[in-house]
Formats: sequence, C-alpha cells, structure tokens
Amino acid sequence: MTAMGDVRRQRIDELAARAGQVPEGEGGVSLVKSAFRRLRRNPVAILGAVIVLVFLFVAAFAPWLAPRDPLAQTLLGEVRPGSIPGPQEGFPLGVDQLGRDLLSRLVYGSRQSLLIGVVSTVLGAVVGMALGVLAGAFGGRVDTVVMRFVDIILSIPSLLMAISISVLLGQNQYALMIAIAVTQVPVFARLLRGSMLAQRESDYVLAARALGVKRGRIVFGHVLPNSLSPVIVQGTLSLATAIIEAAALSFLGLGDPDIARPEWGAMLSTAQDFLSIRPGLAVWPAVCIIVVALGFTLLGESLREALDPKFRR
Amino acid sequence: MSIEAMPPEGALRSDVPVLEVEDLSVTFTRRGEQPTRAVDGVSFSVSAGETIGLVGESGCGKSVTSLAVMGLLPKRGVQVGGSVRLAGTELLGASDRTLRRLRGSEMAMVFQDPLSSLNPTVPIGTQVTEVLVEHREMGKREAATEATDLLDRVGIPDPARRLKEYPHQLSGGMRQRALIAMALACSPRLLIADEPTTALDVTIQAQILELLRELVVDSGTALVMITHDLGVVAGLCDRVHVMYAGKVIETADRYELFARPRQPYTGGLLASVPRLDAGRGVPLTPIRGSARDAIPWAEGCAFAPRCDNAQDDCLTEVAGSTVPLEYDGPGRELRCRHPLSYPQQTPAGATASGAGR
Repeated sequence: MTAMGDVRRQRIDELAARAGQVPEGEGGVSLVKSAFRRLRRNPVAILGAVIVLVFLFVAAFAPWLAPRDPLAQTLLGEVRPGSIPGPQEGFPLGVDQLGRDLLSRLVYGSRQSLLIGVVSTVLGAVVGMALGVLAGAFGGRVDTVVMRFVDIILSIPSLLMAISISVLLGQNQYALMIAIAVTQVPVFARLLRGSMLAQRESDYVLAARALGVKRGRIVFGHVLPNSLSPVIVQGTLSLATAIIEAAALSFLGLGDPDIARPEWGAMLSTAQDFLSIRPGLAVWPAVCIIVVALGFTLLGESLREALDPKFRR
Repeated sequence: MSIEAMPPEGALRSDVPVLEVEDLSVTFTRRGEQPTRAVDGVSFSVSAGETIGLVGESGCGKSVTSLAVMGLLPKRGVQVGGSVRLAGTELLGASDRTLRRLRGSEMAMVFQDPLSSLNPTVPIGTQVTEVLVEHREMGKREAATEATDLLDRVGIPDPARRLKEYPHQLSGGMRQRALIAMALACSPRLLIADEPTTALDVTIQAQILELLRELVVDSGTALVMITHDLGVVAGLCDRVHVMYAGKVIETADRYELFARPRQPYTGGLLASVPRLDAGRGVPLTPIRGSARDAIPWAEGCAFAPRCDNAQDDCLTEVAGSTVPLEYDGPGRELRCRHPLSYPQQTPAGATASGAGR
C-alpha cells in the first residue's frame, strides 16, 4: 500500500519536474533572437536574403569576378553605326556601344549602385526618423513646425531638388547620394510621425503614464519600438527607388562624372539610344535593378513580419 | 525625529482620507460645438483600507472621473473643476512633474483591457521594473529581484521565467495580474481599478477580485472600483456611489443599497440582474430606453425619461437648481424627488430585508 503510494508520489514529482523545465528556445528569448529564428524558417525571407547576399558578394569581389576590364574598349573596332556585336566567345552578354564587355560592367556596376542605394537610404532614413520622432514625441507646435518643414521639402519636385543640391555641392558621387537622401527624408518623417501618433493614443501608453513613467522613456521605450515596422518596410522599398533615382539623375547628366565607375542606372540610360539595335544593353541592367530591388523588398517584408510580435506563434 | 522623517513641502498626510474628491466637474469643449459636461459635481472620499464602488452604465462618467483624478485627461479642450486631494495634497492644477512623481508611487490605476494596456514589444519584466527604477531608484538587478517578488505576490507562477516573456505569451488572467503587479510596485496609497475584470472570464474574474480584496486588507490601500457589474460591487465594495449622466444619484453602503435601493435607477439596475432562482421563461426586467435618453440636469432629473416613478415635477426645474443630492438616512444620500419607498421603513441596522421589486 505504502509502496504504491510512494510510486505514485514519485511519478507526480517526476511530472512536476518535467513541467517546470522550459524547452530550449521557448519562453523568454530576446526580440531580435526570436525574430531571427522566425526569419530562418520563412522561405520568402531566405530567398530575399540569398538575392541580397549574392549581389553584396558580387559587389565586394567585383575585381576577381569580372572576366574583363570594364573600361577596356576591346571590341570597339567591330561596333558600326546600326550594329553592336552580340554575345560571343569571351563576351557572354555582348559589348556596349563602345565595345566594352557588358558582363564586366554589370559586375562592377553593382558596387556603385548598391553603394548609392544603401548610403542614400540610410542617410535619408536617419534624418527622416529624427524629424519624425521629434514631431511624434512632442506633438503640438513642434509637430506643426517640423511637419510644415517636411511639407516644404515634399512640395519641391524631387528632381528639381536633386538638381539644386548637385549644383550646390558640385557634381560628384557624394552630392548624388545626398540629393537622393534629401528626397527620401519626408517619406520617413511622415511615416514615423503618423505611426507614433497612432501609438501615442494606445492603452499601454496611457497605462505607462498612469504609472508615472517619464516622457522620454515612454517615447523611446514604448512608442518607438511599436512604430518601427512600417519604417523598416519603407527602408527596403526606398533602397530600390534610390537605385532607380540614381539612374534618373545619371541620365540627366547629374550622375557620377567619373566614367571609371560603371553604374546600372547610367548604363540603362545610355542604352536607350541603342534600344532598337541591341535591346540587351538595356535589359540586363534593368534586370539587375529589378532583382536587387525585389531581394530587398522580400527581405524587408519578412523582417517586418518577424519583428512584429503580433505575428508570432 | 530624523531628517528623513521630516515631511517635505506638499507632503502627503496620513490623518486625512487618502482621496477626497469634491465637486469634481469635467467639461469637454470643442470649437463650434456645445460643450459636453461628462462629470458634474461628483464628490466622494476613500480612506485607507476602504473600497468604494463607482457604478453606472456606459457613458455615465465613471472612467472620466478616474482619469481626472489621475490627471490623465488631455489638457486641450478639457476643463476640470472642483478639487481632488490625495492625502491632503491638491492634485488639480498641480505641475506635470508633481503628478508624474505621484502617479505610480502614491496612486496607481489598473485598466480594463490587460492586453492593450501592456506594450506588445516589451517583455513583462521590463515593464514592471521600469516603475521600480522610476520611483524607487533601484538598480537594474535589484529591480529584477523585486519584480520577481511582485509577480509572485500577485499569484503568477514561475515569475522569474515570466519576466522575460512578452504579453502575448501570457494568459488573460496573468496579464491582468501583471498589470496589478505594476500598479502595486510602489505600494501606492490609492488604487483605481477601472473595470478590471471586464475582459476576463468568470473564474478569472473571481480570482482577480479576491486578489484585490487581499491587497486592500493586507496593505491598507484605498481602492476605487469602477464597474458596471453589481456582482463585483456586492463582493468587494464598502460604499457604493451610483452615477448617472455625470452625477452621483445615490450613495449608500453596499448592504443598504442592495436591500433598499431608493433611486428608481438603482432599483432598475438591481432588478435587471438575472437571477438563478427565477422561473424558466421569466423575462429579465430591463430599464427602459438607453443612456442617450438622458435630459440635461438643468432641466430636471436626467433619468426621468426612463423612470417609472417620474412625476411632472421631475421634468421641470422647480427651485431653479438641479435635483439636489440630499441626506437620506445614516450614510445614505439620494438625488430623487420620488424615490422608491418600502413598507417597513426601519432605521439602518434593523434586520428588515425589504428588497424592493
């Protein structure tokens, strides 16, 4: 009788001990860690990450990956008016109107395009978010002043703005980045401010105020983390538009004057003149821009899902 | 007397009621629109260890009253009048800094919806410790230990692990317990609970109410319970203030109120509670109309359009002032010209149980 009772008690203790154990990776893990874990399980995220990583790899190791010198006008002699040599032995994608290897130019172009995209987006996002936080955190008069300032930037056509900045700063690649960044600022500022204003009205902010939490702590500890997900998505979309905008500026002759640095956007715009002769010259840079933009978008979208606790299971 | 024990300027006193609300009024104004008076001349007081109930249907001004007490109403477009004193210190017109210092440390609030009142992106532990860091100037580690104790005290199992979890990983009851833990972190003198059990199922409701009752008994906290649930009132509150259209219309201790409601509205509320011993198929007894049918107090009794006892003089203002809140027996106050009456009108304390209607 007592033996049976002991067995039962032992069994209960055993079960209780097991119930107390937290399975590995469950329970309290940090936000970033669990977001990363969910990212790894998401095929869309993996696809996006692979695309982005491949292009980053190509950009980093361009000198080793490119089959030829992107500036050498090797086949210039075979370029005639109305005819540009197509793919052939040693030139898998053909050459451009100056007889330079297209593949090598694409490989080298990834450096400049990614650099412009990343730097100008980061710059635009940082300044825009700073303005957004200012407006969203204080509200009232500060909000009005900041937002009217942002509206002024927004009211100037972005190309006109970029041209003015290029004139002011001189024609170089940094001016190009700053010009694109300035046009990104209003988007980030408005987005963050709007989502912070929405969060400010939420119950948990009222609850935090009811507990006497300081305003700075409420803004940076509570409101901001909940307002970031649309900004992250916008960041990835902006990366794509920044590359395209750089192309537009190059087309207007406001791009990087250094011809030693091939760039997809500039390649795309010069290829326009030869569209009827050799469409490939425009298609390949366009495909590169689209795929990179897609990669960043996929990654950003799944990042948002992973960071949003509401999507967690 | 040591220097630490010297009360600083504007210090809270212990010889007066924890909370005294006098003639509180809240008016919402909007440009181009008629101002709305949400709370109109509400007075009540709560002492340490006492629980009072503010009862009424949606839109009668319960929550606005509590937000006004905490100083959480927006500044623009809101006019607050009267007086709110926390342990002798006037809160209306106090600086933001003073209010922020008092909120969380001397007065705290538990809200209705435990999920939306917790920040979804921040672990529970951080949300509990930030109160401790803010008001008790604790270090991170010390605060974490204290937070574990707090969660344990409000009955959350395995508190150390829960501290690292996010709100969505907790059950509804646990979330509300966590919110109560946050509210109690600095042992406030006053706790306002704004319908703390509305979002919870019945068994959890009972547990949360029991927890609140224990806290009041153990720590002598003054508790203001805002609810529309008469069951909660019956189980928890010492005194009850029934509100209608921004005014208190009846005040009584809970036994008196349940035994002999005098205001027809209170009577109607009690009569509309479903009874287990009622026969099958017997319909519930609702109060006619809805709170939107109220008329302004300046023109008579706001409840008159829905009242079965209403007479002509309920709908016309006679003396040039609104229906007054008058003495109605020991410990009772009543705002009504034609209250419910009971055949055996005996002094309070008698055993007569003339439950009306």
